[in-house]
Amino acid sequence: MTDPSLPWARSPASLAGQAPSASLADLLDRILDKGIVVVGDIKVNLLDIELLTIQIRLLVASVDRAREMGIDWWEHDPSLSSRVRRAVPADDHALDGDRLLEENRRLRTQVAELQQTPGHARKQVGEEGPS
Amino acid sequence: MTGTAVYLYAVTRGPGRPVPEGLTGVSGTPVHTVEQAGLAAVVSSVPLAEYGADALRDNLEDLVWLEQTARAHHAVVVAVAQVAATAPVRLTTIFHDGCRVAGLLDDRGDQIRQALARVAGHAEWGVKVYGDSRRPSPEPEPITAGGPGTAYLRQRNRQRRGAEQAARQLAADAGRIHDTLAARATAVHPHRPQDPRLSGHSGVMLSNTAYLVADRERVGFTAAAEQLGAAVTGVEVEVTGPWPAYSFATLQDP
Repeated sequence: MTDPSLPWARSPASLAGQAPSASLADLLDRILDKGIVVVGDIKVNLLDIELLTIQIRLLVASVDRAREMGIDWWEHDPSLSSRVRRAVPADDHALDGDRLLEENRRLRTQVAELQQTPGHARKQVGEEGPS
Repeated sequence: MTGTAVYLYAVTRGPGRPVPEGLTGVSGTPVHTVEQAGLAAVVSSVPLAEYGADALRDNLEDLVWLEQTARAHHAVVVAVAQVAATAPVRLTTIFHDGCRVAGLLDDRGDQIRQALARVAGHAEWGVKVYGDSRRPSPEPEPITAGGPGTAYLRQRNRQRRGAEQAARQLAADAGRIHDTLAARATAVHPHRPQDPRLSGHSGVMLSNTAYLVADRERVGFTAAAEQLGAAVTGVEVEVTGPWPAYSFATLQDP
């Protein structure tokens, strides 16, 4: 993430002494949620972005730090990685909306579970073992 | 998919506000301006293959792409904010062409000028207040009467009351810090506290606030934040900035 040959990695000329690299979380707080919000010609489903920011807020300080901590769940979760999604057989276009809704529902459930207090007893689903 | 679209970073007053020479934006594209109605939109041409609707949706979920794009967007906004009052635009706001951007400046010009007037001569500062989770707990109560069971219950009660009291004290401290800083700020915008896994800080984030601070108040504001952090026990104050006025350059409803 810090390859100086890439234009985006060059730290910006400091705005009167700004730290060279703002944390990704601080930056996303500002540039995903704030600033002038106008509808461009190329529209992205805002709900998708909102869910994404929740996930990021919950779990990732920065991509580098997450990798250091061994967190790379987005590499394998089809709802978060387009690479994995492409490996899944392409859906019929007509089903795309349904699939998104289902994906959103599933992500909300995951977030809700993550926010539950530790020790919360989860309902057991499936067969009971022999007693 | 071939062709290009126009990516909008920020709006500033124009004309005659050239962007810094050689400034590049997202995907390394050269930055220029679209001028209309006394305003200058800071833009670059981006490939639809990367910024078209389908590609964009996939890319926004790719954290590496998202971070690169966010940092490139931020770098442009910072560079422009160094030379003029700047209203940043939300990440990935994209138009078919420059005419559509000019149309936006015509349609929303009054609101954009109001936003620019609000942030001119100001910068945004982020202040996070953390409560130290290792704040000492109260001394265990000496056993005076009753058996060990009674003593245990009494101690549990005392610990619970102590924790509640500590939490109330931390909230009061954070409120006092906020009041002191808000008195030096032109405007205030609360952000959601970040999860500890995000902040990378062991303490609990009590507040995460953006302050719009006049340039002449800057030294006083940052010194006050530093002093408060040192003076109030059990809390830590973290200051980030100066930021372009992301949290304050919002458009009022027409």
